[in-house]
Amino acid sequence: MAVETVPVTQTTVPAEQSVYSVIAPGYTYETVEKQIDDIVLARPLTPGWIIGFIGAAMLLVLLHFGIIYLFLTGVGIWGIDIPVAWGFAIINFVWWIGIGHAGTLISAILLLMKQDWRTSINRFAEAMTLFAVACAGMFPLLHMGRPWLFYWMGPYPNTMALWPQFRSPLVWDVFAVSTYGAVSLMFWYVGLIPDLATFRDRAKNKLARIVYAVGALGWTGSARHWKRYQTSYLILAGLSTPLVVSVHTIVSFDFTIGIIPGWHSTIFPPYFVAGAIYAGFAMVLTLMLPLRKFYGFEGLITMRHVDNMAKVMLATGLLVTYGYFTETFMAYYSGSDYEGFMMNNRIGGPYGFFYKFLIVCNCLVPQTLWYRPWRHNLVWLWIVAMFVNVGMWLERFVIVVMSLHRDFVPGAWGMYYPTVWDWATYIGTIGFFVTLILLFIRFLPSIAVSEMKELVHKTSDHSAHSHHEPSPEGHQA
Amino acid sequence: MSTHAHAHEEVEVGVYGLMVEFLTPEELLAATKKVMEAGYQKVDAYSPFAVHGVDEALKAKTILPWLIFGGGLSGGLGGFLMQVVANYHYKINIDGKPLISWPSFMPITFELTVLLASATAVFGMLFLNGFPQPYNPLFNVPGFDRASQDRFFLCIEAKDPKFNLDETSRFLEGLAPHTITEVPF
Repeated sequence: MAVETVPVTQTTVPAEQSVYSVIAPGYTYETVEKQIDDIVLARPLTPGWIIGFIGAAMLLVLLHFGIIYLFLTGVGIWGIDIPVAWGFAIINFVWWIGIGHAGTLISAILLLMKQDWRTSINRFAEAMTLFAVACAGMFPLLHMGRPWLFYWMGPYPNTMALWPQFRSPLVWDVFAVSTYGAVSLMFWYVGLIPDLATFRDRAKNKLARIVYAVGALGWTGSARHWKRYQTSYLILAGLSTPLVVSVHTIVSFDFTIGIIPGWHSTIFPPYFVAGAIYAGFAMVLTLMLPLRKFYGFEGLITMRHVDNMAKVMLATGLLVTYGYFTETFMAYYSGSDYEGFMMNNRIGGPYGFFYKFLIVCNCLVPQTLWYRPWRHNLVWLWIVAMFVNVGMWLERFVIVVMSLHRDFVPGAWGMYYPTVWDWATYIGTIGFFVTLILLFIRFLPSIAVSEMKELVHKTSDHSAHSHHEPSPEGHQA
Repeated sequence: MSTHAHAHEEVEVGVYGLMVEFLTPEELLAATKKVMEAGYQKVDAYSPFAVHGVDEALKAKTILPWLIFGGGLSGGLGGFLMQVVANYHYKINIDGKPLISWPSFMPITFELTVLLASATAVFGMLFLNGFPQPYNPLFNVPGFDRASQDRFFLCIEAKDPKFNLDETSRFLEGLAPHTITEVPF
């Protein structure tokens, strides 16, 4: 079976098709794998990565200081007080957990819808989910005041004969977020197993081989294993889909079950889920556009991916805008003085600037993405994504702070000002997040290699035998 | 790469099976079908990604979905019962609401359904696959490291009732593989 060398570069593909294909033409199993794996296995540490890592790690140190001081002193170091007892901790919690949702959407919902453009971005988005959930999970614990007693939230038989209040949305949240974290971790790890096996077989360094071999658990690529693997993966996707919707719904219950004006609203669950996906896609674009450029992934993460992500961001942005509209309408239409006042206070109160800026970030700036040349301008797209990141953070600020600071009795009103420790903890979690992302890029495959090979196989069915590669050994049977 | 020894009589004890290597998934699929038609049972294919059709050719089935269903069911029932039991164990009257106000138990019931079903999906898959498996005789085959990269392998195990080193290797050679290797234990 002498295999001829077939040129791998397809010259006949029209330019339009190559822009909109999910993988650039001419890729073989080997080239896909080399491009993804070599970032970890062959590429030396680059100054860019080292500088980025040092910067992120310094912010991580800031987080440590913030947490240590908090543990030594208590939550009084933050700006929270009555009436605004939630402050940054809950704003950041909701912001981070929302960001995570895009990862699950990309890996689970798009898998079920057989959207093959998810393949080259799902691994990275899942990692982002996991790290965002880790950041999110920190805040309620730090906010507790006595975080070492966090296990009191769990249902375990204890000498006090007490149980968690299962009718409370805050307890639902404990179950929702911990389930979400656990399922995201499992989903991500299952996806990694075949790629870890590839790393085990390709790594030159002995220590790396051992570490990847332990992670790969003895994966051989057996067809019987693949069968169970795919069954497991598909069902996990099916389970994650309602899970991701439920998690942000339950997060929104934290607000809606309360009677505070601006919180007690039935629009919250769908509007929170849309906002979460909006924020998540913005964060995926924020991270993916530089990654694509620095690591030369233009052939794997094509303009079609970028275009689709921008469109999803635009669509969910419109849903969020509709949510703002409904909130405003219902506030006045409800006939409730408190709801009406809440909305007046949002627009014209002491924090009015933030509400107006939120509308600019989330509703106005993304409308530029209707125009294709701007959508395809990667610098502008990145800037829009940054606007959305800021806007979605402001949305949570608006919900948490503005509703609480002036609710019913004017005598109980107050202002909320974040302290330097609020900022240190928030910026610190960004450092934690970026540190984890950088470590992930350096030590694990940031694109799902085995799924990309399947994509190469599928797309090459129609275009000659581009997967035939020259064989150095020849036939020896 | 071929290490097929013809002095099979004495080595057969230490033989795990015979392995052939192909360059393309199509060849692997065709070969798998032929091997199964020939009546071999202890056969498995190894590939860097799941080749469509090979699992059906091998008649690979899994009870995993039923296990996951059981996991989800026990998660849901267990989650609901946990809340019922806790409310009976320490009764608190809040606003005269019923002790078992089941609608407010639904979020946790749902989350635990998903959690246990997912955990069953992952750990069930790992368990049924026999993971973690630190040693596998297949790793002794030179070039098998490419099964996770860009080559496609098929192995007939010596345990197979129809396995005969001479006949089986002659049969496998008829499939025009890229290489054929005797897998030592």
